[in-house]
Amino acid sequence: MPGPGQQRRANRTTGIAVTAIVFGMVGVSFAAIPLYRLFCAATGFGGTPKIGGASAPGGNGQTIRVRFNADTNPGLPWVFAPDELEITVPLGEDHLASYHAHNRANRPVTGTAVYNVTPEKAAKYFHKTACFCFNEQTLEANQDMSFPLSFWVDPEITRDPNTADVRVVTLSYTFYKALDDAAKAGALAKAGPHVGSRPATN
Amino acid sequence: MAATTHDHAHDHGDDHGHGHDDHHDHKPSFVARWFFSTNHKDIGTLYLIFAVVGGIVGGALSEIMRAQLQFPNNHIVESGQQWNTIITTHGLLMIFFSVMPALIGGFGNWFIPLMIGAPDMAFPRLNNISFWLLPPAFVLICIGLVMGESGSGWTLYPPLSNATYEHGMGMDCTLFALHLAGVSSLLGAMNFITTIFNMRAPGMTMHKLPLFIWASLVTAWLLVLSVPVLAGAITMLICDRNFGTAFFDPAGGGDPVLFQHLFWFFGHPEVYIMILPGFGIISHVISTFSKKPIFGYLGMVYAMVGIGVVGFVVWAHHMYLSGIDIDTRAYFMGATMVIAVPTGIKIFSWIATMWGGSIDFKTPMLWAVGFLFVFTIGGVTGVVCANAGIDEAIHNTYYVIAHFHYVLSLGAVFSIFCGVYYWIGKMSGRQYPEFWGKVHFWLFFVGVNLTFFPQHFLGLSGMPRRYPDYPDAFAGWNYVSSIGAYISGVSVLVFLYVCYRTFTSKVPVADNYWGEGATTLEWTQTSPPAFHTYTELPRIH
Repeated sequence: MPGPGQQRRANRTTGIAVTAIVFGMVGVSFAAIPLYRLFCAATGFGGTPKIGGASAPGGNGQTIRVRFNADTNPGLPWVFAPDELEITVPLGEDHLASYHAHNRANRPVTGTAVYNVTPEKAAKYFHKTACFCFNEQTLEANQDMSFPLSFWVDPEITRDPNTADVRVVTLSYTFYKALDDAAKAGALAKAGPHVGSRPATN
Repeated sequence: MAATTHDHAHDHGDDHGHGHDDHHDHKPSFVARWFFSTNHKDIGTLYLIFAVVGGIVGGALSEIMRAQLQFPNNHIVESGQQWNTIITTHGLLMIFFSVMPALIGGFGNWFIPLMIGAPDMAFPRLNNISFWLLPPAFVLICIGLVMGESGSGWTLYPPLSNATYEHGMGMDCTLFALHLAGVSSLLGAMNFITTIFNMRAPGMTMHKLPLFIWASLVTAWLLVLSVPVLAGAITMLICDRNFGTAFFDPAGGGDPVLFQHLFWFFGHPEVYIMILPGFGIISHVISTFSKKPIFGYLGMVYAMVGIGVVGFVVWAHHMYLSGIDIDTRAYFMGATMVIAVPTGIKIFSWIATMWGGSIDFKTPMLWAVGFLFVFTIGGVTGVVCANAGIDEAIHNTYYVIAHFHYVLSLGAVFSIFCGVYYWIGKMSGRQYPEFWGKVHFWLFFVGVNLTFFPQHFLGLSGMPRRYPDYPDAFAGWNYVSSIGAYISGVSVLVFLYVCYRTFTSKVPVADNYWGEGATTLEWTQTSPPAFHTYTELPRIH
C-alpha cells in the first residue's frame, strides 16, 4: 500500500497528465481547421476541386458537360454571372471559361468567392489551374469585369466506378463581400482586427 | 462483489490514536462547511441541490413550451425569438445544470470515494472550484434567457448564433456560461480519473470496481476528450461574434459546417456522458433488489468502455443533411448502429440479473425497471434515426425529439431518481416515504410517456421541431402531449414533498438498509456516513 507521499505524487502525475490531455484536445480542436481544409483538398471532400498541381494530361476523346453556377451574397452590391451556363469540354484538356461581374455601388468594393463542385464525388477529378476565386477581387465604382478561370477534368473520372455515371459537373461560386471591406463599410459593427482572412493558396 | 471492511467510521468515539483532534465527526461552521467545502460528501450534496434547482427551472421552461403547443395558434410565447430562447435555455439547463450535476457531480462525488474506499477525492480544493463555477454559469445562462437573446438552439449553430442573427450580449453570456460549465466538468473529470486510478482501497483491482465507478471513469474520460473541443468551438464562435474572426463565416474563408463537426464531436459523447453514470446506478439497483450479483460483470464494464470509444466516431449522424456525401453517411450509419450492440449487452445483462432473482419492487427498483422500459424505447427509435435514408424524412422532426427525450429526459432522469431513492437514506440518514415515492414514480412514468410517446406520431406525420406553432392537423396529439407534461410537472411537486417528508422524518435508517443485495462499500458505513470516512482503509478480498 502506498504511503501518503507516494499517493500525493501519483495523484499529481495523473492530474498533470489529464490536464495535458485537456489542453491537447483544445489544441486539436483548433488544429481541426487547417486539418479539415487539408482533408478536403486531399480527398475532394465536400466538392473541393483540385487546385494547381499537375497540368492537363491530354484527352482520350471523351467529353463531359460542365455547368456554371453563380450566387451573390446580398451584402455584396454586385451582379455576378457566368458568361455561358453550360459547355461541353474534352476530358483531360485545359479549358478556359469566364464569369463577369458588375459593381452596382458608387465606391470600390472588394469581394471574395467560395466555390465547390457537384456532384461532390466528382470533385477530386476536377482540376482548377487558375481562378479568380484564388484571390480577393476589387471592383471600382460601377466597374465591369471579366473573371476567367482555367480547368481540366481528369479522364480517370470515367474509369472510377464511383464516378463513371457522372455526365454533368456543376461548378459553383458564391461571392461574399470581403471581411476587411465589410469592416470598412461598418457592416460588422463590433469588428476588431481581422485575423480570419483566407490564405491566398486556397 | 465480496467486500469486507475493517473500518468503522470515526464517529463511534473509539479513538484510533491518529493524533488528530478533529476526528470525532467535527464539522466546520456553516460558511466554511458549505462555501469553502473540500469534503466530497458536502460538495456532492451541493451538486444535488443545484441539480434540483436547475431541473426545476428547466422543467418550468418545458411546461411553458407545452402550454404554448397545447393548442394551435396559441400566444403564450410572444414571438419566435422568445420561443427560440426558451428552447435553447431549456436544453442547456437540463444538460449542463441538471442531469450532469446530479449524475456526475452529485452521485459521483458522493459515492466514488465511498465505493472505492478512499477518504476523499484526490484534489478536494479543485472539487470546490469545480462546483462553484456552476452557479455563475447558471446566472449567465439565465441572463441570456431573460434578455431573450440566445435563440440559437442548444446546438448553437452559426449562422444563427453569429453576430448577424444574434447580435445581443445575451448570446455571449450563454456561450460564456458554457465555458464555465465546461471548465467545471473538466476539473471534476480530472478529479474522478485521478481518484479512481490512484486511491482505490487495497485489493480493489480495476476488475473489482463497482459498476458505478466504471461508469464514472468512462464518463470522466469522455468529458476530458470531448469538452475541450466544445470549448474550442465556442471560443471560435465568440471570436467570430466579437473580434472579427471568420472561423465559421464563408465570407472570410470559414465554414459553418466545421462548427457542426466540432460541436457534434463533443455533442455525441455528451449524450453518453449523461447516460453512462445512469447505467452504473441502474446496475447497482437491479442487483440489489434482485438479490443477485450483476449478470456478466466484465461484459457490462467493457460494454461501457465500448460505448465510450465508439461514441467518438459517430458524430456525423447528427449531420446527415448537412451535405456530407453518401459514403460518409453509410459509414456513420454503420458505426452508429454498432453502438446498439454494447447497449444491447447491457439491457440483456440487466434482464438476466433480474431473471430468477428474488425481486423486491421498492421505489428504486420501480425506477430501474422504468428506466429499462423507456431506455429501450429510446434505443430502438435511435436505431431508426440512425438510418441515413429514414433520417432524410424525420430529421429535425418531433420523432427525433421523442427519441432523445426517451433516452435522456426519461432514461437519464429515471436513473437520477433511481439513485436518489436508492441512496437518500445513506446520504441523509432518514427514511423516505415509500408510498409517496411510488406515487412519484407512477405519476412521472405516466406523465412522461404521455408527453413523449405521441411525439413519435407527430414527427412521423412531419411536424418539425423548433416552431412555436403548428397546423391544425397536429392538434390532437399535441394536446395529449401537453397533458402529459402537466402530469409530469405535478410529479415533480410530489418529489419535493417526498424530500420534505424525508428530511423531516424521525425514522433513522440502518447502515445497510437494503440488506443482503447491497454489497458495495458504502453500505459498510453509517447512514449518514461520518464527515470523514475511511481514516482506516478497508481491504477488499
